[in-house]
Amino acid sequence: MLELTVYGIILGSIIALGAIGITLIAHISRMFDFAYGDKMTAGAYIALLVSTLFSMGGLLQGKVGPFSFNWGLMVAFIPAILITAGLSILFNRWVYEPLRRRGAIPILFAMVSMGIAFALRGLIYILWGADYHFYSPSVRPMIFLPLGIKLRTDEVFIMVVAWALVALIYLFLTRVKMGKALRAVADNPDLARIAGISTERMIVWTEGIAGALAAVGGVLYGIETQLRPEMGWLFLLPLFAAAILGSLGSIRGALVGGLVMGIAQQVSTAWLLPTYKPAVAFIIMVLVLLFRPQGIFGRR
Amino acid sequence: MGIDIGGILSFLASFAIMAAIYAIFSMGLNVQWGYTGLVNFGIAGFFCIGAYTSALVTTPLPTGVLADYVDQAIGLNQPFLVGVLAAAITSGLWAALIGLLTLRLRADYLAISTIGLAETLRLFFNNEPWLANGPEGLVGLPKPLYGLVPPQYYNYLYLAIVLAFLALIYIAIERGIRSPWGRVLRAMREDEVMTSANGKNVFLFKLQSLVVGAMIMGIGGALYAHYSAAVQPSLFTPMFGTFIIWAMLSLGGTGNNKGAILGGFVVWAIWSWSTFLIRNVVPAGFQTRAPYIRYILIGLLLVIIMLRRPKGLIGEERQVSRF
Amino acid sequence: MTILGVEDVVSGYGSMEVLHGLSLKVEEGQVVCLLGPNGAGKTTLLRTIFGILRPWKGKIYFKGEDISGFPPERLVRMGMAYVPQEYNIFPSLTVQENLEMGAFIREDDIGPRMEEVYELFPDLADRRKSRAGELSGGMRQMLAIGRALMLNPELLLLDEISTGLAPFLVDAIFERIEQLNEQGVTVFLVEQNAPKALQSSDRAYILEGGEKKAEGSAQEIAEDEEIGRLYLGR
Repeated sequence: MLELTVYGIILGSIIALGAIGITLIAHISRMFDFAYGDKMTAGAYIALLVSTLFSMGGLLQGKVGPFSFNWGLMVAFIPAILITAGLSILFNRWVYEPLRRRGAIPILFAMVSMGIAFALRGLIYILWGADYHFYSPSVRPMIFLPLGIKLRTDEVFIMVVAWALVALIYLFLTRVKMGKALRAVADNPDLARIAGISTERMIVWTEGIAGALAAVGGVLYGIETQLRPEMGWLFLLPLFAAAILGSLGSIRGALVGGLVMGIAQQVSTAWLLPTYKPAVAFIIMVLVLLFRPQGIFGRR
Repeated sequence: MGIDIGGILSFLASFAIMAAIYAIFSMGLNVQWGYTGLVNFGIAGFFCIGAYTSALVTTPLPTGVLADYVDQAIGLNQPFLVGVLAAAITSGLWAALIGLLTLRLRADYLAISTIGLAETLRLFFNNEPWLANGPEGLVGLPKPLYGLVPPQYYNYLYLAIVLAFLALIYIAIERGIRSPWGRVLRAMREDEVMTSANGKNVFLFKLQSLVVGAMIMGIGGALYAHYSAAVQPSLFTPMFGTFIIWAMLSLGGTGNNKGAILGGFVVWAIWSWSTFLIRNVVPAGFQTRAPYIRYILIGLLLVIIMLRRPKGLIGEERQVSRF
Repeated sequence: MTILGVEDVVSGYGSMEVLHGLSLKVEEGQVVCLLGPNGAGKTTLLRTIFGILRPWKGKIYFKGEDISGFPPERLVRMGMAYVPQEYNIFPSLTVQENLEMGAFIREDDIGPRMEEVYELFPDLADRRKSRAGELSGGMRQMLAIGRALMLNPELLLLDEISTGLAPFLVDAIFERIEQLNEQGVTVFLVEQNAPKALQSSDRAYILEGGEKKAEGSAQEIAEDEEIGRLYLGR
């Protein structure tokens, strides 16, 4: 059980990253982004592509420290982040911004994001097929912690990267002017406009940051398990559940929501089939909607 | 070389059956989205409930050798119409449950919850073989009025049955939407605050609309199950079970039943035509991946419709209200 | 010199016309108030001037330039600031962050200006790190004005900032407005509290039903019994 909890924290760290992305978009772009999961998938596959290219060229094939993957994948994080963030920004310019200018009702944004999600997934299916892919064919080294907990070294890496990013986002939002402006727009978009903060510019920032978070989340999830075209879609339910649990409000809420969701999903495998994990997330979300629709950290 | 008229007709009949079933789903979605503005991203869930309910209600419990191979918790051996009715009721009940939870919250919560329900049901039927035989699903669903015509003509008869349901549902919705009930729905979609101030209970009307739409989807699910005479969890995917229907309604004309039907036929034509094309034109090595072009196609179709023609091909009918 | 000119402006929301061809002027260095009953179109006028609404017809001039339809982002850079009546702070940001957001478009050091604002509103200085949503009503209004002052605006638009405040707070707010005016800020304010506003103003306009009903020096308007009876509820 303790071991499952530890695994839950690892999974939860990845969920938390995504939930923060979803929360930022929900608050600043003011929409539920149903393409978020597939952006994660896209990030994961872009990293796969780049690291495959490296290995074809025989470049950066040295293993990174005690981990299962090589330096090629480490470098591949960068194009994955840049391209996924760029895609998010482009989707915003081509699709969401015209919709906003037209004054479309909020739910239309969710609908077109669903369209984007399917288009992205179709593209990934076509380019890579439905089969599983792995970043590294080699065995995954383990470490043994006290109390009989076995952990892959990769999982330590995942935790460190995820938490470092969360800390970075937190610092950005509380210490950097642009980050504060993002919070201002989330708080009161009309007043932000009055203060001369361009909402559209802030949305571009948000899409970029959330896209980058999606890419990192996707690659980390790919390291933890394996890559397949449905990986992000199946992740979407836990992501939304975590964000809603955290009241879709604060970064802190999303963080706690992500951890709760990760732990609940992993611990549930003590009794349930692992394939039920998305269902566990859904049930928890339903319970939250039932008893505390404002989320655990909701202020209203 | 003679033209095989019989072959073409039989192909057209099976095309029309599927298109008509999808048109029914599309009309169900039209009640929810088109007339009330409710976003159901989990049509596949109600599709699934409808199909499985009717399967469990109309098949007998397996006996003899079959019992060694098929697990099934319920098997009521009832006639087709009872199955369809049960499908509608069960589907409606699930919709009521989801609606009670989410309809007071902002619209997106319904969207995410319906996805959750659809995915959870799919996982449930897949992982619980005692209920309905797990991933293999159930086969041998009774075909209504089978034996009335020679088997090679049965598709035409089933087409007639599906079209009868289509017509009934069409008339029922058209009547409903022109009634005072329908007027409230439409007013609500336009301006929730105003209607609420007018003393109508917005929540209750939304709930009714969600349930009615889901019942129609349940009927669609049952009709599908009896046509293919088999149900298995892998049918109810987000694309095949939900998203294609959104493309149908959006293309045909949101808020317009004729548009919903038109969209069902047009998109299903695109879908089956592209399947045909892929099977015959795409090189063999690419055969397994090519079908996913349709994901891109349908995804982009929806985005473009929403951007360029949010009212679809036909657009919303001006409803003549009878006061 | 005229700092703000409104000429035959027609404006409203959606298809509802609220202002039916309104003209007025604000001279540089003055405090000008706009009075009138609820629903007269006062807030609509401010929102139209500040580019939140587009004028349907007519022109708006700021410092001699036609600014009709300019977005707020642009007007802020030109030296105009606006304090809306409600939702005029960022509740989950701290007091300090609210002020920083007021100076969002400034790239240089805003520290000195922030200290000046704190000097004007010493109570705020004590609560720098508090979340703005936790402030009392009066403090919120001070913060809202402080936020608008961060860019050293030449023209300040104030929308009913005294509504709902205790009398001693209303006095304090108007004292600050006069103080600001002495520092050279032109103030155009919309008010429900006519006596108080007229006391602090140089000129006044009366608006009703989207049309100008009277204008004059604050003293003339204050002393005109008919205006008082018809529009100001005296």
